Amino acid sequence: MTAAQATAPATAQAATRQATPRRTAWGVVRSVLYAVGLPLVLLAAWWVATADSESPFNPPLSEILATFGPTWFSGDSFADTRFVQDVLPSLGRLLVGYAIALVLGIGLGVLIGAVRPLRELAEPVLEFFRAIPPPVMVPVLMLFLGVGTSMRVFVIATGALWPILLNTVEGVRGLDPVLKDTARAFRFGRWGRVRRLMLPGASPQIVTGARQALSIAIILMVISEMFAARDGLGFSVVQFQRSFAVPEMWSGVIMLGLLGVLLSFVFRVATAAVLAWYHGYLRSQRGGA
Amino acid sequence: MSSPMLDVRALNKVYAGRGDPVEAIADLSFQVSDGELVCVVGPSGAGKTTLLRCLAGLLPATSGDVALAGEPVTGPPQGMAVVLQEYGRSLFPWMTVAQNVELPLKEKGVARGERSRLVGEALEAVGLADVGRSYPWQLSGGMQQRVAIARAAAYEPQVLLMDEPFAAVDAQTRFELEDLVRALWKGLGVTVVFVTHDIDEAIYLGERVLVLSARPTVLLEDVRVDLGAERDQLETRGAPEFARLRTHVYELVQQAKLGVRSLADARLTHAG
Repeated sequence: MTAAQATAPATAQAATRQATPRRTAWGVVRSVLYAVGLPLVLLAAWWVATADSESPFNPPLSEILATFGPTWFSGDSFADTRFVQDVLPSLGRLLVGYAIALVLGIGLGVLIGAVRPLRELAEPVLEFFRAIPPPVMVPVLMLFLGVGTSMRVFVIATGALWPILLNTVEGVRGLDPVLKDTARAFRFGRWGRVRRLMLPGASPQIVTGARQALSIAIILMVISEMFAARDGLGFSVVQFQRSFAVPEMWSGVIMLGLLGVLLSFVFRVATAAVLAWYHGYLRSQRGGA
Repeated sequence: MSSPMLDVRALNKVYAGRGDPVEAIADLSFQVSDGELVCVVGPSGAGKTTLLRCLAGLLPATSGDVALAGEPVTGPPQGMAVVLQEYGRSLFPWMTVAQNVELPLKEKGVARGERSRLVGEALEAVGLADVGRSYPWQLSGGMQQRVAIARAAAYEPQVLLMDEPFAAVDAQTRFELEDLVRALWKGLGVTVVFVTHDIDEAIYLGERVLVLSARPTVLLEDVRVDLGAERDQLETRGAPEFARLRTHVYELVQQAKLGVRSLADARLTHAG
């Protein structure tokens, strides 16, 4: 191509119109303070409110925290600790179930979102399955899959599937028709359309669905371990409760909360890169040209 | 003359949606030779976009034929690129400017080294060599449309279809972009079909101007534009011939709005 040199007006300065806000050191400190401020206040309130507690079911927070370490991290060797024996298996089942839900949800979602007859066929069924609270399926699935790991993973996967699937369908269906025309006009192949148009175009909705699914997966991880389990975080909490080990029970709840915070942090970091364009895009749309 | 690059015969398009079917294009036949730059004007709602979508293979014709270089168009054909009016929405917002220009080349199977050469040259040609790493939404409207043009140019099409590409940019930017289109057309030797509602733009750009009737569309007149190979925003637009053509096409479009469907029925008060 030897295209003629055409008129080239001012270009560079307009390009930086949407500069991303720069983060100062003070800004980072402030956002950390904001993030931990309220949790600290709540913990302090809990601490004070339960400091003189005589109730066996509501022990002082100091006692709960004191049992936290021994409960989860003591054993003959690290491999014997409850953290390895119970928390890690829970986490493993959660991640496997969640991964299955992601693959199935995004895969089926793209298919259903892209193929209109399929969508019209599938939508009422999807609405029905979505309306069933996933925990209800635990006793049902126990009959089919027994009480082992596969049942628990299956429960997590089927529960977490729906938000991912439905959001992916929405995202693919909502793609701008001008973009679809552009992809068609430039003769994108089928796989090219999926990989270069649908997945990135639907990524904001997919991430939204995946975030909802993560919370659901954590809930189901715990619930699935409350039925006929031999290990796991949910199992531990129930066991502590039945043996009146109340501070230990509370420490399990705290462990669960910490796990949730950690997972949502990992999730945010993992999706930040995927959605970097989207935040800038939204800002520019709101700025209005 | 060799066979035309673009051959449209008895094209008819009826939208059969819910409610009554709407006939957008009644009967259109015209040819565009290899390397020509043809503009299409008509009153608003004249089925201009419908025509362009049929040419691009994005919309199936109800009857009639469209052929590109002798091959019937049944879907988006090889060797054709489009630039749409909605520039902001035709660029992939999750990709940088350079990635947007490169993407169709990837899909086309162009090797990496060749791709980066084509992308570089195309961005250079539209005057955006320094914003390849920006995102489209960081650019002004006129620059976004330049990106869309660069993307089409890098694709090395035989035919470039442009659907009111400058309808949404400001007047000054529009002049620059018009000159850019002329320059690219000459530099690439590409055949261009340029749809617009702007009569001045059509005459300034085109070697020919196809004037369409109102819906259902027929061809009112195929106007030859003898303004020379070199066009200049001041000289060309100030030329007597430009004024004459402008008057003529303007009157035709006014008549088309009133429902006139053939040149013989048109009442032209300013004899050309």
